[in-house]
Amino acid sequence: MEVKIVKKVLDANDTMAEENRKLFRDKNVYVLNIMSSPGSGKTETLVKSLARLEPELKTAVIVGDVCTTNDADRLNVTGTHAVQVNTDEFGGDCHLAAHVIRKAALDLDLESIDLLIVENIGNLVCPAEFDIGEDSRVVLLSVTEGEDKPLKYPVMFKLCSGAAVLNKVDLLPYLDFNIDEAEDNIKSINPDIPVFRISAKTEEGFDDWLSWIKDVVKSK
Amino acid sequence: MHEMGIAAEIIKIAESSIPEDFDGAVEKVNMRIGKMSSVVPESLKFCFDIASEDTRLKGADFVIEEIPVVFLCKECEKETEADGPQFSCKECGGKKIEIISGKELEITSIELED
Repeated sequence: MEVKIVKKVLDANDTMAEENRKLFRDKNVYVLNIMSSPGSGKTETLVKSLARLEPELKTAVIVGDVCTTNDADRLNVTGTHAVQVNTDEFGGDCHLAAHVIRKAALDLDLESIDLLIVENIGNLVCPAEFDIGEDSRVVLLSVTEGEDKPLKYPVMFKLCSGAAVLNKVDLLPYLDFNIDEAEDNIKSINPDIPVFRISAKTEEGFDDWLSWIKDVVKSK
Repeated sequence: MHEMGIAAEIIKIAESSIPEDFDGAVEKVNMRIGKMSSVVPESLKFCFDIASEDTRLKGADFVIEEIPVVFLCKECEKETEADGPQFSCKECGGKKIEIISGKELEITSIELED
């Protein structure tokens, strides 16, 4: 005898993500989910970005790593409120799921926040599969990686449709990285995505990048 | 990468779908998995076999129907089955597309012994 089920395996996550989305809408918080491979400079980009956004926007960060509170410690210096999530508590997961975000978000004073950034776990494979209730997704790629990363991880670059950031451009004179080719590869997967070329070290390209963030936050 | 957690979720859904008055064996768990779901079918099957060991699904066949990635071109409205990582229309080369299948990760049914 066959028992029909037809149920999405990630239903529980998707339901929680919708509840998160409602919570963030009620509190008028814009949520940006940032993903990249490890070491591409997500935290440094946020440290520099939040320090410049903070007078205008009240921010908070949920930062995921398998272990350590190093990232939250670095981010808290900027005046933001950073909450570290270590996924070994949740089984050493390779992504942040909606229930993890829920738990962390309830520890934040959402009433006083305009922008909540989720710094996902460094991984170009599965974080994009998990809806966490965000408004927009940003994928970050550094010029010390390959130009063909978007082609190697097309799902990530397809599902992160908010913006793409090419980081560490201050290193371009010392590398063989072809930044135009990298941007073409991103656009071959996501033709309309805005691409920002930045250096978290020198803050080159930050004006456009930060304007984009302010615009999307205002649009909610 | 996260197949063990997915396997555990599948087992939870499948076990809760066994009718209360049925005490026989579950023979099959039928799945639909899209090629763009970031799940490796072989790894998921391996995890399912281990995670179901102490459950009512022990020994059940884990049957996967793989679903290709198909997208709709928003320019010429033709459908294309993606055979590589680039999402451009095979008919007109258009890049404005909408993915219509390939992200499935669904349990469709369980089959019980007669």
